[in-house]
Amino acid sequence: MNFLLNITPWPAVSALLWIVFAVTAMYLARVTAHQAIRAGARTLSRTFRIAAKMVSKGRHDLDQRNREVLLAAGREAKERIIEREFDRVNETVRTDLANYPKLHRALSESITRIEEDHQQAVDVPPDPPGWVKAVEAVAKIDSSEGRVGIGNVLSDIHKSLVKAHAQSMVSYRHESGKRHALLRRMRPDWRKIQVTLGHVGKNVDSLLDRSVTIDRHMQEYEDIVSGKDHAVSILSSSSLVQFFVSAFVLLVAIGGATINFSLIARPMAEMVGGTGLIGGFRTADIAALVIIMVEISMGLFLMESLRITRLFPVIGALPDKMRIRMVWITFTILFLLACVEAGLAFMREVLLQDELATSALLRGADAAAAEAATLSGEYYWITTAAQMGMGFILPFALVFVAIPLETFVHSLRTVLGMLVNGLLRVLSTTLRLAGNTFRYFGSLFIKIYDLPLFVPLWLQERAERRNGGKKPSYQGVL
Amino acid sequence: MKILTIVLSCAILVACTRSTADNHGVYMLLDTSGTYSEELKKAEQIIRYTLSRLDATDTFAVARIDTGSFSEKDIVAKVTLDDRPSAMNKQKRLFAQRVQKFVASVRSSRYTDITGGILQGIEFLNEKSPARKTILIFSDLKEDLQEGYVRDIALELDGFNVIALNVTKLRSDNINPREYLERVSDWQSLVEKAGGKWRVINDLDGLEGLF
Repeated sequence: MNFLLNITPWPAVSALLWIVFAVTAMYLARVTAHQAIRAGARTLSRTFRIAAKMVSKGRHDLDQRNREVLLAAGREAKERIIEREFDRVNETVRTDLANYPKLHRALSESITRIEEDHQQAVDVPPDPPGWVKAVEAVAKIDSSEGRVGIGNVLSDIHKSLVKAHAQSMVSYRHESGKRHALLRRMRPDWRKIQVTLGHVGKNVDSLLDRSVTIDRHMQEYEDIVSGKDHAVSILSSSSLVQFFVSAFVLLVAIGGATINFSLIARPMAEMVGGTGLIGGFRTADIAALVIIMVEISMGLFLMESLRITRLFPVIGALPDKMRIRMVWITFTILFLLACVEAGLAFMREVLLQDELATSALLRGADAAAAEAATLSGEYYWITTAAQMGMGFILPFALVFVAIPLETFVHSLRTVLGMLVNGLLRVLSTTLRLAGNTFRYFGSLFIKIYDLPLFVPLWLQERAERRNGGKKPSYQGVL
Repeated sequence: MKILTIVLSCAILVACTRSTADNHGVYMLLDTSGTYSEELKKAEQIIRYTLSRLDATDTFAVARIDTGSFSEKDIVAKVTLDDRPSAMNKQKRLFAQRVQKFVASVRSSRYTDITGGILQGIEFLNEKSPARKTILIFSDLKEDLQEGYVRDIALELDGFNVIALNVTKLRSDNINPREYLERVSDWQSLVEKAGGKWRVINDLDGLEGLF
């Protein structure tokens, strides 16, 4: 630095000379420098803009692919739902309408019985009283014959009338009683008809409800098939919800598996030794983990064989006989593993007690006291039974992991697609922004370059004005 | 294909190693000379504590210091713990019972051959070759050799921890404490010159730092 300031005896003059030299050099190289800055800025800007366009295109392709995947998954899910609904309708029709002839016969029989009873219950008009004829006979008695015997006749008529009335009352009561009995007999038939019709009505209502549901699902299915934005939006939101719910359930399952692991890892040391290592991990721990993983795998196969999940199409496509055989095989393996786990859980408790006894002994208690302190606990069996129960139940509980796992895997594809899409969008925006920034930075650097050249530029401007707006000749040379 | 099979087999064999690399070997010397044999109850506590801290594949031996301690006959009890927890617990219990029986029936010896005991300990632990080697000396460190016993042998204690426990003060130490300090210092320099690490623990309530 001192060397630069020592080209003249006066440092200030040296510095001034250097400045003049630098400014002159910069002024002479100005046009080339401007071109270089512009070219550099343009190159960078274009590169970034091209990169942004490529990322944007990639994002668009990914978006399209995500959309297709989402629609395909939605279509498949909807087909399953509709298929299930039709199965239910079919089941309802098969179980209820298959009984229809029987139902019809029962209804007809009931109605016939009611009709018969109703016919029999019709009110029979009472017979005309017998005294009417007697009155006619009295009326026909000629006056010549005298009316001497009329009093007796009327008395007889009265007697007959009273008697007939009594008889007709008895007869009427008897008939009424019969009719009431018939009507009473009709009551259960009416009830039966009412119940049967109610049942039929309920079935028909259920079918109607199902048809409404199927209509709704069909409408959604049509939306999905035609690829409407609304359907895609619903499917995306549904995928996100499914992702978080299944992730939560999987976390719970992982908790269960961890408990299961702690139940069997300790007694595993009795089987495979407590000090062996595989890849830095205890062999006993790995053995316990393998058992749990095998259980989960068996659970997956069981669920696949039962066609509850569809993670392995090969299993789903197996013939029914083979599939059912597979159900039994996986279930048997699971059952055996559950028994093994229960045994290991029992062993764990035994080992724990043994360790407690040894610790007590080493702490200074005598052997009998150590035994008494651990094994004679009144409630010892509760913890043992609880551990064995957990060891037996947890493998079966882990079977159901297959359901959230399937949902998680399917929704993960969509969620990952959305995430990558978002990242690409941010990247594209950033690249575009960087491209624009470099373009404007080019202009900025040109201005910054010109800043120290304000004196020659001012002189150039003056010269141009003097020449009537023409540029000085050296500019053309440069 | 053959090469791949061999490589995979080697990888599996390397991966399936036993974790003997971090096991511990402990050799404990019990001074049974003179009045010090009365202290052996405390030694039993230390042995129990040591047993409780040892794990699978660790080795533990208890030997007495008597007139001539460089002998396998002086080993009271020895064990290499099994890697199955149940077997290990059984071994620990048996070991504790054997030591208890020894402490109850021990007879005091006339002489104290600490160096012979250490030599025996070195030999024992080198044979077992654990990752960490510790020699515990439960003694007042007053060596008293019978005439004719040669013990001016260079010890090889490289990689050994030597811990003196319950180094009690003798009556003469009370009169002249320099004797006690010199005795401890002599042993320390002997051990450290032989490449070992030396520690003294007299407070038996603070055994947490023993291992």
